[in-house]
Amino acid sequence: MQLGIYSFGSTARDPDTGRPVSSAQAMRNLLEAIRLADEVGLEFFGIGEHHTEEMPASAAATVLAAAAPVTKRIRLGSAVTILSTDDPVRVYQQFSTVDALSGGRAEITAGRGSSTESFPLFGYSLNDYDQLYAEKLDLLLEINRSQPVTWNGTVRSGLEDAVVVPRPDGGRLPIWLGTGGNPQSSIRAGKLGLPVAYGIIGGNPARFAPLAQAYRGTAEMSGAPADQVKVSVANPGFLAEDGDDARERWWPEWHQTMALIGERRGFAPPPRPAYDRDVSSRGALFVGSPEEIAERIVALHGTLGHMRQFLQMDVGTLPHRDFLYGIELLGTRVKPLVEAELGSEPEVVPA
Amino acid sequence: MSGEHPTVGVFGVGRVGSALARLAVGAGYHPLLAGTADFQELQWMLDILSPGARACDPEELVKRSDFVVLSVPFGKAPSLPYHLFDGVIVVEAMNYWAPVDGEIRAVDGDGRSTSEIIADNNPRARWVKSLNHLGYHDMEDDPLPPGSADRRAVGVATDDGEAGATVAAFVDRIGFDPVLVGPLSAGRVLEPGGGVFGRRLTWEEFRAMVPG
Repeated sequence: MQLGIYSFGSTARDPDTGRPVSSAQAMRNLLEAIRLADEVGLEFFGIGEHHTEEMPASAAATVLAAAAPVTKRIRLGSAVTILSTDDPVRVYQQFSTVDALSGGRAEITAGRGSSTESFPLFGYSLNDYDQLYAEKLDLLLEINRSQPVTWNGTVRSGLEDAVVVPRPDGGRLPIWLGTGGNPQSSIRAGKLGLPVAYGIIGGNPARFAPLAQAYRGTAEMSGAPADQVKVSVANPGFLAEDGDDARERWWPEWHQTMALIGERRGFAPPPRPAYDRDVSSRGALFVGSPEEIAERIVALHGTLGHMRQFLQMDVGTLPHRDFLYGIELLGTRVKPLVEAELGSEPEVVPA
Repeated sequence: MSGEHPTVGVFGVGRVGSALARLAVGAGYHPLLAGTADFQELQWMLDILSPGARACDPEELVKRSDFVVLSVPFGKAPSLPYHLFDGVIVVEAMNYWAPVDGEIRAVDGDGRSTSEIIADNNPRARWVKSLNHLGYHDMEDDPLPPGSADRRAVGVATDDGEAGATVAAFVDRIGFDPVLVGPLSAGRVLEPGGGVFGRRLTWEEFRAMVPG
């Protein structure tokens, strides 16, 4: 099992003054978090594309490129790249550059993402979502397959014998399909023979088992190479030495985040009893002590058979030192416990 | 149609549709589902995701179902076969979320509930608004047997009393306390921004927050 972190960036508050840091400082904090995650032996760090004041990581590949030369083993990916509002050629170039600078550690996860701010920012219409996504994913995969690239579609100009460089030394970049649990997305990933990353932000994560089964079944039927058929799980979570301390510390951060999302989408933030359920063994929030979280990861693995799980800890304005300590505990305490049960996962080998 | 094991037709095999199908099977209903995938692929998916549910083409689904549920993304609502819904009990379980669906001017400029707007597509259908205000994972995590303390409430809004009773019975059998909130127009309270949207409330708590 690989363990890791994902983040949308966070304007962490200064624990003394209570004031959030600037969005620029949030980027420097993010880089520090990636370095630490590498040092403590975590295998993956994902940056989600986000365009909000409180979660300002809008340019994942730029941060990952900065992380490349100052980290050794950790894999560096997007979580997720909102492909519909980006240019697949540019996305590929950015991540193949990260791959070059990191000695082959870059990955792309393409998906819808949880925020839609990128549509007006880059001049796209949400009404065209399906077509944008399908065509741009097709182009991204075509670029990854080989070059020169020849491609035709409707959402951008076609390419004829186009050179897209740099090329990864390993031949191809790992490209995952990120999904929040829509059945059709799992089927799509299976048909395309892509590894699938499940973003599980609510409910009982064990309910993703039939989706993983449908994904694996579809992949098998479409003849996908076995080493490409992989499931990873991204979900919110947080660690502290003591489980109750973790849950108390994280509650106001989670509540604040949900309140902001709720305000935009018209729902009231979940009250404390809902949180208590979500952090229990039936919920999606992996918040607790290293022993509790290790046990939950192992239990979920028994249901989903995933090979990687990565947590989003820095929600709300969680102080940066708490985020760093959570990363440290995930690497130094959770990882050995999980590996004792499941063994370590071989590194992802690009196809 | 059969009283003891009624048939429910579901349009949409997304997170909500597949969850509803699982709940329906568990509650002794026969679910039929129609989606955009081809028939064979859809049945294959259902065998894994919602065992016991059958894939169906839209005409047959409507013909065989005691009532149908619309659970496609709101932005896809224009593609539904409204012409088939004459005299049919139709549960509108969708939500318009501009941040997700994009802004739809015709809806933004209309003060009515989205169910009333959707109902304009076929005024001869028997429209009910329900099942839209709880998340797809709540649908499966929250059901409790009748009489349980803390059993979660689910609102039902309709101008058609008999249709409301049919849907309320379904809501009850899948594990929730139905609350009749009044006519379709009163269904606004079930929508995003309405007081009960996304909230885990008991019958008493829910009742206190809705008119009627």
